[in-house]
Amino acid sequence: MMAHVPGLAWLLAQWSAMPAYLQLLIVKTAEIIGVMLAVVISVALLTYAERKVIGWMQSRHGPNQIRIFGLPILKGVAQPFADVIKLLLKEVLVPSKADKVLFLLAPMIAIVTALTTWAVVPFSPDFVLADVDAGLLYILALTSLGVYGIIIAGWASNSKYAMLGAMRAAAQIVAYEIAMGFALVGVLMASGSLNMTAIVSAQSGSILHWNLLWLFPLMIIYFISGVAETNRAPFDVVEGESEIVAGFHVEYSGATFATVFALPEYANMILIATLTSVFFLGGWLSPFQGLVPADWLLAQSSFLWLFIKILWFLFCYLWIRATFPRYRYDQIMRLGWKVFIPLTIVWILVECGMVALRVGPWAQFG
Amino acid sequence: MLTTILFYFFSTILVGSAAGVVLSRNPVRAALFLVLAFFESAVLWLLLDAEFLALVLVLVYVGAVMVLFLFVIMMLDINVAKMREGFTKHAPLGAVVAGLMIAEIVYVVWFRHLGITLATTAPPLPANYSNVHLLGQVLYTDYMLPFELAAIVLLIAMVAAISLTMRHRTGFKKQDISAQVARRREDAVRIVKVDSEKAS
Repeated sequence: MMAHVPGLAWLLAQWSAMPAYLQLLIVKTAEIIGVMLAVVISVALLTYAERKVIGWMQSRHGPNQIRIFGLPILKGVAQPFADVIKLLLKEVLVPSKADKVLFLLAPMIAIVTALTTWAVVPFSPDFVLADVDAGLLYILALTSLGVYGIIIAGWASNSKYAMLGAMRAAAQIVAYEIAMGFALVGVLMASGSLNMTAIVSAQSGSILHWNLLWLFPLMIIYFISGVAETNRAPFDVVEGESEIVAGFHVEYSGATFATVFALPEYANMILIATLTSVFFLGGWLSPFQGLVPADWLLAQSSFLWLFIKILWFLFCYLWIRATFPRYRYDQIMRLGWKVFIPLTIVWILVECGMVALRVGPWAQFG
Repeated sequence: MLTTILFYFFSTILVGSAAGVVLSRNPVRAALFLVLAFFESAVLWLLLDAEFLALVLVLVYVGAVMVLFLFVIMMLDINVAKMREGFTKHAPLGAVVAGLMIAEIVYVVWFRHLGITLATTAPPLPANYSNVHLLGQVLYTDYMLPFELAAIVLLIAMVAAISLTMRHRTGFKKQDISAQVARRREDAVRIVKVDSEKAS
């Protein structure tokens, strides 16, 4: 029926006449742009959600003025878009003693590493941009690159506060990366693969087959380390308004501020929430799978389940921020090195025991 | 064809950034060029289908080692002018070392009588080939002993580094978390009943 439209028929003919690699190129480019747009829009909505949720938790209203075209629905929902327009229109200031090349390179590094990590994230059973074999390693490698944006921003600003923020960021991210890596070793042992889709598939069955049950301590450590890695409260000494003004991004303004600080931080928050759901809560899998008849809508695995899990972890991010006071710096270091790393190692050993004794999910290898 | 173009593209950047490490006057910039050089060599490994090695190179060298390196360099107040004074003095030694290295590479690559079989086109890999699986299999079977020995050497180095830097100085206050947690109200607070003044 669609082919009756003359223009469409011509387009379809052109499409099938194309060589396969060109089709693949166009489809993949469209998918990549789609995922990037989705991430950027989610970042905007997340900043709105953050201000609203924390506002409610503190008996305030949060942003409630700017509406879409003045419609009387969802007051304040256009606030993040107004903020973005404001930031883009502002002047980009470069301090006169700054290293100009690196100063402008830092936001690019920050945004590129925050967005490229999404390449291997499995969104649904049949949608992942690149289903590579070593997907988990790719994520670890790229998230460890994110710190360069912060370090270079802090150093190139040629400012004491920015420099101190960069130092704190470097030490903190290196510390928590190790705990995160060890937590993922546990995930690897449970799924037996580095491929992200395989990690999710290994958890299929029912809610009792998710890694959540057997790797619960690792999930808690992974998520808290994720909060520390993204420099969010209560681990946000990198910004530490009361001590070092705003840390590494104190000299940035306008569009560079948005790209060195706001966009990567919120994109990484969404990423950590997604990865925690994928690694421990079975990604796109339905929690009712295997508990209700398989042809029920509730038992169907789809992107929606992943979406709900991501929203839950993002809410936890905001909840934590509204609840806990900022850690002292030496306590952050102590928590990372002396508490989390030993805990993960102990749990890996416990898991080794479970694998050897064929307990729980490893019983099938009998 | 595409692989060849990509190879030359990335190796040009690699050589350029390696030159940048040596030539840049600012030590932080030199370190950042080194980061770029590591990254480009990881990309070259990816072109050889060695994805595990490539990602581990990025993870370990770029993500951890160079971050700590940069950390130290940024903290140090390096006097560039003073460093350049020593250039003419150390240049002959540097030239000798560089010459030796070039000679070795030329010897291996140019004179093929060493019996080194040159890399030919790799056999086509099966569709379900997994770099990580094969590497793990080889490491834990054929090379079990060297692998474990390397792990022990690293462990010893780690313990040595920690014990070298752990100094117990006397006369300075240190936070003892377990003592703080074990503290009870009875240890700290004494309730004193003070008689209120009586109106005379």
